[in-house]
Amino acid sequence: MLDDVFRDEWGRVLATLVRLLGDIELAEDAAQEAFVAAAERWPRDGEPVNPTGWLIATARNRAIDRIRRERTLNEKTRQLNWAMVEPPEETMNEATIFPDERLELIFTCCHPALALDAQVALTLRTLGGLSTEEIARGFLVPFETMSKRLSRAKHKIRDAGIPFAIPPDHLLTERLEAVLAVLYMIFNEGWGGGRVDLASEAIRLGRALVELMPDESEPRALLALMLLNDSRREARFRNGELVLLDDQDRSLWNKQQIAEGRALLERVLALQGGGAYAIQAAIADLHLEQPRDWQEITLLYSALARLTGSPVVEVNRAIAVAETDGPEAALELLDELPLNDYRYFHSTRADLLRRLGRNAEARVAYGRALTLASTDPERRFLEGRLLELRPQTAADWEELWTSTLDELKQIVEREPEDAP
Amino acid sequence: MKYALLVYGCTAARDALSEDDRRRVDADIALLLARSNVSGWVRLQPVESATTVRHEDGRTLLTDGPFVDSKEYLGGLIMVEAANLDEAIAAAGDFQATLARHAGAIEVRPVLAAE
Repeated sequence: MLDDVFRDEWGRVLATLVRLLGDIELAEDAAQEAFVAAAERWPRDGEPVNPTGWLIATARNRAIDRIRRERTLNEKTRQLNWAMVEPPEETMNEATIFPDERLELIFTCCHPALALDAQVALTLRTLGGLSTEEIARGFLVPFETMSKRLSRAKHKIRDAGIPFAIPPDHLLTERLEAVLAVLYMIFNEGWGGGRVDLASEAIRLGRALVELMPDESEPRALLALMLLNDSRREARFRNGELVLLDDQDRSLWNKQQIAEGRALLERVLALQGGGAYAIQAAIADLHLEQPRDWQEITLLYSALARLTGSPVVEVNRAIAVAETDGPEAALELLDELPLNDYRYFHSTRADLLRRLGRNAEARVAYGRALTLASTDPERRFLEGRLLELRPQTAADWEELWTSTLDELKQIVEREPEDAP
Repeated sequence: MKYALLVYGCTAARDALSEDDRRRVDADIALLLARSNVSGWVRLQPVESATTVRHEDGRTLLTDGPFVDSKEYLGGLIMVEAANLDEAIAAAGDFQATLARHAGAIEVRPVLAAE
């Protein structure tokens, strides 16, 4: 793990090196070397006037030395067919001004020709400066798996000719959407678990994107959304247990993040930004008010559902509808959604059924949510709810027995799918 | 860079084409293949004409049919010149739009440069 000082430089330095060297893997090795050299020298000789320039120049010169060495080594066998342009003779120095090419790097890493999990990992590695090991821990996969995922992605970028460029206008909206989706996915991954601080990482990347694309409203809206959600981080868990919003200790909310998130959101709305992240940020903002304006929240979710057509958004709309029109109406909305494998679909349904006193059905739904839950606090929360709903009277048991039988019957009677 | 566009079709969709449709598709394909970014192409006879050759225990084994037996078949291969993957994808998109009635999908594969 790099020092925080270095972490801020990593993406900048790496992006320029990718441009200069034409290959991410080579750029990464060179950057690594330069950072090691800096860690040795800077404390001894003092920090250079232009640290970024120093790191880039050092990394580039070392990479070129290495390419030359390898070339001589391979001359006899003629194996190396390196596509690099012949490096200019003069040595770059730290006074050279290098343009910031992080945006090109972001668009390369989030190219839709790469699998989404590869986009996410690569963005964290190249722009976030996280180590392969940290990313593996963040996503709960073995180191080997993550390492392979990263090198496959880097090789595909090189071999398939994925451009190192900001997409042309006619592709920009669609590609920017992919970038935002990657950042938001990193944020959400960090929110549930707290294994590696991926949420802060996503916010850091979000800030960089806003800085790089100051005229686009959606990056700013996404940053606002992440800040407003992250502001409740300290209050979301008490002794390791999940605390629902209404029960949260509001004095634990991060006022600075809320203020920043709101300022960003105001700016987005003032500039007529009405994209999906702007709406979500506005909803996140409303959730921080007490009492919550469910009418307004329902409206915003309806707008978001129209914009995205996403059934996941409908689940959230149903939660708001439960507050304005009652759980019954919400349940009707939910039951039309094709989300059998989505854990919040089942936990939301379970909660509505519980509120309607339909305990047996609620138990089944909580059970289903439990099998899909991905973090321990979530699991414990659902187990707690199941425990509260355990059958207590003879009538409860009777009901449980009937509903279990019904379910078994359904399973037995179901036509076998895809029978050979 | 050179890219190969591997054009796949679905047998069901192909069989559903009328004689007229087929002629129209052929004309569309001819136009596409005449484009300046196309550097070469191969169109294949129906997949039913394929023979697969394997080598096992020193013997050559023949099977009637393609290597991968599925509802999709490889219909042809088009070589295009493109500056990068985005350009190649755009070219594939044009082909796909024209061949939609015929082709299931197009696989874009960068071509290994000759040593």
